[in-house]
Amino acid sequence: MEVKREVLGPAHPEQPGQAPADFRARQLLARDMLRGDLEGEALERFVEQSIMTTTLEKAVSWSQGNSLYPMTFGLACCAIEMMSIVGARMDIARFGWEAFRASPRQADLLILSGRVSVKMAPVIRRIYDQMLEPRWAISMGACCSSMGVFNNYALVPSDKFMPIDVHVPGCPPRPEALMHGILRLRSKIHGHSPDGWRERYDAVGTEEVLPAGEADGTREAAINIFPGGDTAGA
Amino acid sequence: MPDATGLELTAHELRDHSAESILGTDFQRGRAVLLAAPDHITDVLAALMGKGYTFLASLHGVDYYPEEPRLGVLYELLDMHEVDRITVKIRVGIDDPRVPTATGLFPGAEFPEREVYDMFGVVFDGHPDLRRILMPEDFEGFPQRRDFPVGGEPVLFTFNEEQSYGKWQ
Repeated sequence: MEVKREVLGPAHPEQPGQAPADFRARQLLARDMLRGDLEGEALERFVEQSIMTTTLEKAVSWSQGNSLYPMTFGLACCAIEMMSIVGARMDIARFGWEAFRASPRQADLLILSGRVSVKMAPVIRRIYDQMLEPRWAISMGACCSSMGVFNNYALVPSDKFMPIDVHVPGCPPRPEALMHGILRLRSKIHGHSPDGWRERYDAVGTEEVLPAGEADGTREAAINIFPGGDTAGA
Repeated sequence: MPDATGLELTAHELRDHSAESILGTDFQRGRAVLLAAPDHITDVLAALMGKGYTFLASLHGVDYYPEEPRLGVLYELLDMHEVDRITVKIRVGIDDPRVPTATGLFPGAEFPEREVYDMFGVVFDGHPDLRRILMPEDFEGFPQRRDFPVGGEPVLFTFNEEQSYGKWQ
């Protein structure tokens, strides 16, 4: 892509406060086109100047990669670094990522920022499953990827229970490192057709199916220890 | 802290009440420790409570492997008027670690006792709700015991990713 750099100054020194003359000319050209006054070679030239062709998949991937909605979800100390990337210094709003969503239904990126305990893993997996496809996940920090200094009975690496697209190393990673991971994920999304994670990682057919009777509610699920309608455990 | 003499006096007072309740005393680095018999722990705590130690600052477990009896439960008591602390320690074996609960005297002992049960497997008789508090409900074993393996999952790096489940692109 060609980058054009210019010294900023008044747009038109001789006509301060007004748009440049060629902009006005294009505006008038567009008006003529909409009126149907443009014909022949002039119309051809106008269309050539105004239209860019691409595939739908590429356009969709481009827009998805530039408007990811991360999930508001912090696990440990890495979350502090994650919070700072929305601040003024790092400012992921430059890439269209700044809208952290409080509901997994509205988010399409899960940043696992911190250590994942055995007790937390099913919760995280549930949040990931609640998100809509296409969805992505970033494993941030040493604990989440390899358990780091907490490599013991209590923790589980995030690869074991959900698909991770980008691992960001560090303890904790600096915000710049997380930014780099996010940009790597963006280029990954741009180069990819907008598939779900099972297509991406060749895992079609590995869906967990509930036993008969559990899906339609005629059999009580083992995990649901309270009868329906009982709010005592809530 | 009671000094060494004060600790002996307290121990004598408790022995007058019930001779076999106090097994010994220990005074090290300015800390007074009463070694109590597990069966009489409720009486000892109640007597100390009557002497002014009304606040249970901490209740925690220890594994003294390879010493026997292996497990210990420590009660850190605080007298908030005299600003005086005393430690009551009991030791139980690993085979059938049973201790009477202190929740009758100190309601705040409920969660610490659940934690000691979770991490060391000490069963507190009479506890209102003895469940695991930190580890998952279906966790097997007591992870803070010294003979419990440290564990941890093998970590996948680039050099061993071929041994992984599934396919990685």
